[in-house]
Amino acid sequence: MATFGSFALLIALALAAYNLLAGAVALRLIATGQPARISPERLADTARRAGIAGFYAVTAAAFALVWSVFANDFSITYIVEHSNRALPGPYKFAALWSGQEGSLLLWAWLLGTYGFVLRLRHKTDVKLYAYAGAILAGVQVFFLLILNFAAPPFSIVKGGIPADGNGLNPLLQYPEMVIHPPMLYLGYVGFTVPFAFALGALMMRYPGEKWIHITRTWTMVTWLFLTCGIFLGMHWAYAVLGWGGYWGWDPVENASFMPWLTGTAFLHSVMMQERRGMMKSWNVWLIFSTFLLTLLGTLLTRAGLVSSVHAFAQSSIGTWFMVFMGIVLAVCIFTYIYQRGHLKTEHHFESLVSRESSFLFNNLVLLTACFIILWGTLFPILSEYVEGTKVTVGAPFYNRVAIPIGLFLLFLTGVGPLLPWRATSFKSVQRNFVIPVIALWATVIVCLVAGVKPWANGEFSSGSFFSLVAFSVGAGVLTAILSEFLRGAAVISKQTGRNLASAMVLLTRRNTRRYGGYIVHIGLVIVVAGLAGAAFNRNVESEMGVHDQMHIGPYTLVCTGFTQDSNANYDSEYALLDVKRDGKTLFQMTPEKRAYHLGGGDQPQTMVAIHSVPGWDLYVVYEGTNPDTGQPIVKAFLNPLVSWIWAGVLVMVLGTFVALAPSINPATAALRAPAPRAVTTEAVLKGGHS
Amino acid sequence: MSGSGSRLSFWIRTAQALLLAVAVCFSLGAADASARMDNLGHRLMCTCGCVQLLGECDHAGCPSRGEEMAELATGIQTGEADKDILNAFAAKYGATVLAAPRTEGFDLVAWIAPFAVFAAALLGTILLVRRWSGVAGMESRAVVRTQASQLNPEEQERRARIRRDTDTDGGL
Repeated sequence: MATFGSFALLIALALAAYNLLAGAVALRLIATGQPARISPERLADTARRAGIAGFYAVTAAAFALVWSVFANDFSITYIVEHSNRALPGPYKFAALWSGQEGSLLLWAWLLGTYGFVLRLRHKTDVKLYAYAGAILAGVQVFFLLILNFAAPPFSIVKGGIPADGNGLNPLLQYPEMVIHPPMLYLGYVGFTVPFAFALGALMMRYPGEKWIHITRTWTMVTWLFLTCGIFLGMHWAYAVLGWGGYWGWDPVENASFMPWLTGTAFLHSVMMQERRGMMKSWNVWLIFSTFLLTLLGTLLTRAGLVSSVHAFAQSSIGTWFMVFMGIVLAVCIFTYIYQRGHLKTEHHFESLVSRESSFLFNNLVLLTACFIILWGTLFPILSEYVEGTKVTVGAPFYNRVAIPIGLFLLFLTGVGPLLPWRATSFKSVQRNFVIPVIALWATVIVCLVAGVKPWANGEFSSGSFFSLVAFSVGAGVLTAILSEFLRGAAVISKQTGRNLASAMVLLTRRNTRRYGGYIVHIGLVIVVAGLAGAAFNRNVESEMGVHDQMHIGPYTLVCTGFTQDSNANYDSEYALLDVKRDGKTLFQMTPEKRAYHLGGGDQPQTMVAIHSVPGWDLYVVYEGTNPDTGQPIVKAFLNPLVSWIWAGVLVMVLGTFVALAPSINPATAALRAPAPRAVTTEAVLKGGHS
Repeated sequence: MSGSGSRLSFWIRTAQALLLAVAVCFSLGAADASARMDNLGHRLMCTCGCVQLLGECDHAGCPSRGEEMAELATGIQTGEADKDILNAFAAKYGATVLAAPRTEGFDLVAWIAPFAVFAAALLGTILLVRRWSGVAGMESRAVVRTQASQLNPEEQERRARIRRDTDTDGGL
């Protein structure tokens, strides 16, 4: 199977190279109109077919690796390093992306899959798709070069074949690791498609904004995958790492967040190009930057440039990524300079207070946030270069610098949709903003009364202050969005006689993009409220013997005993804790400590017990035994509003699906609307309807 | 007093009442006594290599956490200022023990750059939009002047009426 996989990768490389070269030659011939022995259109079609065949070849290679994992083929180095016989089936599948070579193969396979779908849909616009297909092939050539020469997944072990493998990193043996990395990679890789369309459209001086319409679905789907990937990663960190948090501003976490920020900026600013022919250069560079940031993220992950808890993926292929990023940047700059005349704006801003300006400020804030994260991630390298000493840029830095920017962005989330296009008047500002501002200040007062106080005993607490701002601005934004829904629904209700809820559904279906976007914003507000809850986290840690008690918030945890279990993969020890409230036993929690049998030794891993209710999470970690006293140690956290984060993400996903759905035509909607009540002769005579 | 004047005074009074309510609420309440230990624990890194904050390092048997926490507690008990405690840690364990760059020397650049970039970008954006809106305003005025000179008074009045009637904001 190793030989089969290696050949499949070589064939895939040859096909991708042919796709790139033949595609480029064909498009050049078409552009210049030079006579050629072969029809350029036919040549371009052979390039496209090579791209499709390349997908099958990469699929065969990925299949070969997965098959080898399941077959315990320990003649392959990758399988020895990332699997063992005792590994459960789903995690054997996850072994595909748990190491360097496998994850690069996954990247190449996903890129091949995106390219496959794109090439099948080429009739939408043959020429533009040919350009995009050739650019995708160029990116694919890079990944296949690495897979064939720098990080081959099918390299054979030297010496004798071991009887068993080293097994999978225990941190990765968690259900979410089966879906989190593929989701994240679908997001990372997916941004190659809008990048390819943007670069292709610029190269061919594509007339109009149709390429944006074509790529909109691709961009939104990609953004959705990246969003889900990031939040699944957060949930994994929360449930597995056992420190009670979900985001540690680790460089690799940051690397996934940066393209999300620029991608989000692109999704917003592209609307200005669609509607008003503005911001063309800006949009092109946003999507270029997003693609480059996905590569930078991978570079940070692989090259070990910065310290990270994701050290399992470090290697020496960073140079490959740096060179490739340099080439991509050079191509982007050259194409932009050569074709920038094609990107002239059709309209200018007419007012500082308008929908267009709000998009611009939204972009400004998103890009500033991206810069802050990039700056914080790379500052240790800069500091070492300038001063000779490395510094740590951790959570305290980001919390102070990035959170205010984030709150400003939240504010714009509410303001933007209330502003009309082109220009606005003081009257309309007054009309649209009064209720949200009242909601904001009412929330400030409610929060202060409820105990969310930035000052206590003369000391300022930035966490409480930011939470207060987040709750209040969130309430204002939520009110603004809901009032938009209600305003539109009221008009429809009046027109069609439907009730308000039904009118709201019809309103959303008539303009899925707009109202889907609003639903995403509602989800974001819920997420921010959940994040703001972190300022009030509490924790308590103590040694606990049988019958010992621990108090946290309204709960009392009583240790009733310890038990053990064992299987081929790991031994585990559970603490049995009865959770009581007001003297009444509510439920039992069983935090677990595992010892995985890996590489001939045992690797410890905690399995957190979480009891989640809308108000908070009771989060209990069994940390093992104190080496000095031999007593078990239990740590409990009471984390407010964490479940809001996951609920908010679901709302964001729902909103994205709504935005992706096609809008119904108002004419069709009218036909589907319930028929008006019959007009009686009496009513007509009275001059109205009965 | 005119209607608009009384409305204005109503809003001013409302704003004053809100500010007063907020000020009263801010002054209520009490703080957690162990907040300082918690705060400093989240400004230092655990030195065992786990890349976690000292206050969040969670593995049993950590060779560094106990010692660092004890030093932190001693510093607080002896009445040292936060800055002195952090400096003592940096002197003993190196600058990487601090979870964020210091606000002095070259490290200060880390703190200033984000806000400087944001302020510059904000200012630049505002100036750019004002400049563009000036250009757009001149263009649209020129178009309006050209068109208006070709229209009869009736048509001009009809257009003005339509503009008034359709002056609804919102909508994509």
